[in-house]
Amino acid sequence: MTGDEIRGKVVEILGQVVPELDPSELRADAALRDQLDIDSMDFLNFAIGLHKAFGVEIPEADYRQLATLDGCVAYLAARIKAA
Amino acid sequence: MASFLLPKLGADMTEGRLVEWLKKPGERIERGEVIAVVETDKANVEVESWVAGTMEKILVEPGDKWMPVGTPLAAIRTDGVEPVAPPAFAQAPPPSPVPAAPPAAAPSGPALPGERLRASPAARRRAEALGLDLASIRATGPDGRITLEDVEHAASAKPAARPPADRQQRMREAIATAMSRAKREIPHYYLSTVIDCAPALAWLEARNRDRPVTERLLHGVLLLKAVALALREVPELNGFWVDGRAVKSEAVNVGVAVSLRGGGLVAPALHDADRQTLDELMRQFQDLVTRARAGSLRSSEMTDATVTVTSLGERGVESVFGIIYPPQLALVGFGKVVERPWVVGREVVPRPVITATLSGDHRATDGHRGALFLDAVGRLLSAPEKL
Repeated sequence: MTGDEIRGKVVEILGQVVPELDPSELRADAALRDQLDIDSMDFLNFAIGLHKAFGVEIPEADYRQLATLDGCVAYLAARIKAA
Repeated sequence: MASFLLPKLGADMTEGRLVEWLKKPGERIERGEVIAVVETDKANVEVESWVAGTMEKILVEPGDKWMPVGTPLAAIRTDGVEPVAPPAFAQAPPPSPVPAAPPAAAPSGPALPGERLRASPAARRRAEALGLDLASIRATGPDGRITLEDVEHAASAKPAARPPADRQQRMREAIATAMSRAKREIPHYYLSTVIDCAPALAWLEARNRDRPVTERLLHGVLLLKAVALALREVPELNGFWVDGRAVKSEAVNVGVAVSLRGGGLVAPALHDADRQTLDELMRQFQDLVTRARAGSLRSSEMTDATVTVTSLGERGVESVFGIIYPPQLALVGFGKVVERPWVVGREVVPRPVITATLSGDHRATDGHRGALFLDAVGRLLSAPEKL
């Protein structure tokens, strides 16, 4: 899976959690929580979406690595490669 | 035969629009089954039937017409069993721009401003259901008594339709009406306490560490369960203010304030929160928040809350003193978990703490009972494994 494919899937999952998401306005290096006004329940649903889509387990201790879109892509790429 | 009325789905609801029928005439209806979808100022709500029976006749077709609460929508042929009354919330008086009408005992004579009103019990119930102020109804009965016909006449004179407005504006208006009424009628008192979160957070971290993401708990669920159990200890805070007195609720149905995307909020109920395991409560909480934000709640969830919990900690707020949601008796608030110096034994150490607050109705309880409640919340959170 390429980085762009991972990025596209992550944005798609974000869109399921935040239906009003406009991908063109999403800054890849800025905190998702602040950009999208997501709370802990949204974030948990996002993590569940990533888990189901990519088949990787995401320990709670790793949540901070998912703070930005770039962070999500890097983290998931590494997890998929290690799997 | 039972009338299926447009229900009151919250203190801030006076009108609704029928969106869809899910039952046709002749079809079987179970008690608690969703039979219609109604639009309120806040959401589309799936409305459940309080009786079992058969759909006899549909009186109102879905459409653009906004109708007052209490409008008969359908007739249901019941199974011969006495209908179970809807919860106290649904029976509570609607928001009104003036103090609620006085109770039934009243002197004779025409209803003049400032005087107590005479009305038949049926007329009084119907006026409440329709959201009409008795003082605004012209009486034609003996001795100036307001009759059922007078109420129906007044209801028919009300405009059936209203100017179109977007839901956001209508929601703000509904919240404004309910909260203004609450501030005007409920003598609030406010308490706060700071709770050491270290035991709860440590327990939660250990519990979530080896669980897949689909089985994890949020800290908020521990707070909700602690509130529910503390309400068992101080039940005077759990219930409704109805007809001039506090009515305790046996069930502990915790309303959770959920902010909606685009603004506004709803506070649907987590039923029997005190009796559920943390895992069960988490699943119900997750489902409830998801459906609240998708605009897909059920009528019982909108009407059954016996207390409300709000948390603004995720946005950095350290404490919140909320307005009680009528006709409930209390509102509990939680702020952000912050690191603070804390005395443990003879040492000052950094500890994660949270500020818990209580807004109480002074007509129902005093600060002493409120303080016992907050103390119980703190004690329960200090032993999370027992929640």
